[in-house]
Amino acid sequence: MRFMVIVKANKDSEAGVLPDAKILTAMGKFNEELVKAGVMLAGEGLQASSKGARVRFSGGKKTVIDGPFAETKELVAGFWLWQVKSKQEAIEWLKRAPFEDTEVEIRQVFETADFAASDPTGEIRKKEDDLRKTIESRKR
Amino acid sequence: MSPADTHAAINAIYRIESAKLIAGLTRMVRDVGIAEELAQDALVVALERWPGTGVPDNPGAWLMATAKHRAIDRLRRGRLSEEKHEEIGHEMGARQQMATPDLDSAIDEDMGDDMLRLVFISCHPILSTEARVALTLRLLGGLTTAEIARAFLVPEPTIAQRIVRAKRTLTEARVPFEVPRGEERDARLSSVLQVIYLIFNEGYSATAGDDWLRPELCEDALRLGRILAELVPQEPEVHGLVALMEIQASRFGARTGPSGEPILLLDQDRGRWDQLLIHRGLAALDRAAALGASRGPYLLQASVAACHARARTAGETDWARIVSLYDALAGIAPSPIVELNRSVAVSMVAGPAAGLEIVDALASEPSLKSYHLLPSVRGDLLKKLGRLEEARAEFDRAASLTRNARERELLLERAAACSPGG
Repeated sequence: MRFMVIVKANKDSEAGVLPDAKILTAMGKFNEELVKAGVMLAGEGLQASSKGARVRFSGGKKTVIDGPFAETKELVAGFWLWQVKSKQEAIEWLKRAPFEDTEVEIRQVFETADFAASDPTGEIRKKEDDLRKTIESRKR
Repeated sequence: MSPADTHAAINAIYRIESAKLIAGLTRMVRDVGIAEELAQDALVVALERWPGTGVPDNPGAWLMATAKHRAIDRLRRGRLSEEKHEEIGHEMGARQQMATPDLDSAIDEDMGDDMLRLVFISCHPILSTEARVALTLRLLGGLTTAEIARAFLVPEPTIAQRIVRAKRTLTEARVPFEVPRGEERDARLSSVLQVIYLIFNEGYSATAGDDWLRPELCEDALRLGRILAELVPQEPEVHGLVALMEIQASRFGARTGPSGEPILLLDQDRGRWDQLLIHRGLAALDRAAALGASRGPYLLQASVAACHARARTAGETDWARIVSLYDALAGIAPSPIVELNRSVAVSMVAGPAAGLEIVDALASEPSLKSYHLLPSVRGDLLKKLGRLEEARAEFDRAASLTRNARERELLLERAAACSPGG
């Protein structure tokens, strides 16, 4: 199963201040361990929210709001995708990460099979497939 | 933390650490069986103590230290041979002298070597293929006997027996705990790759039962492949195997329809292919290409898979390139299966008659006698040539040969579609 590990922003990441060499080395070593264990599928760090934007959908209207965004602790500053056997294993890996004074979130990623329960007859999936085909045929 | 939570945490830690533990301990005691027992002894101690004391900061080092103490206890009680006693004594001495400033990285490097030795010993040719698979999943994949049994639809005692016998065989034959060199290395490495790919295929296309996919086994194989790629990054074929598995695994979501029926590659909805895995597969191919060596069988197969992965629609597939890849594969690793695949590619470039010619040459091939894909491919080509009656017979034959219930249904449907008015 796959988990997304979500790292939150802080004052420095929002100010565009890059982590110092010590932190970078420690994080590099941790990433290396994840790769060696065949756990890491992907991972990226995100730039400050001042370089991003939001699109608000409300009452049929779409409004673009440019960054930065105020609620620093709720912002995402980076993520990993891990392949592990259990949530517990993801937790044990995360405990080894070189973080200080922050909270890092682990969320399980949906697999194809997870949708089967909410779509027992396969009807929703069939509709989705038909839609894809229609879109494909229009493209040509 | 509740005791149940602590137990779950300990089991997860053991899964992360067990291969490294067993590898390090095997170097000490020179016996995989004893090493695994020591590792499990350490696990038992952790299960007793950690609920009270909490999980230590470096649980891996704690488990290793505990297991080493157990090894020394065993020595004192004379349960290890004199020879092993000397080896361990030597080992301990060497460790103490190794007070270099770069101790951490020295230990890391040692650990990598030990892991690689463990990979090679688990896949040793002295063992039957089944035993290699079970031992690899157990020692390197960290799976329990019950998990392996479930994955292979075999009773648990059978797997337990298989593992016990495999360990005994290794002990009795005094198989050295080493990384083979020279010519032997190539042969041994290909045995390792074969075991990993076998595990992957067992999951990818279940040989028996109604489950079309057992993706967990594929994930185990992929993880083993990814670990191996970091242990021997200079081996192009390892990256080839990883690329092949990543790209094949990318099709999981597209391989079955709403009611679980299999969907053939060219009919799959490519929007369901996992782009992350495709990206990883192509990156693994790039790593292999950067090594610049000639392409072995896994790299060639992965290159074929990459041709499909790169095509946005089935119609855009570069069949000419696939034909040349299969030609190369037939040159270095000829097999009836390669010929069968080549026939499909050739039929896409030069028409069904040209493909049929290759398939017909395989008709008397004993190894394909009960292989359902031979009549399935032949039926397909005959159908394209308008020889419907012959095609129907082939699909019926294919249906009678497959052991997968859902695939049988699909083949019978295709047979029915060849009947007049079908």
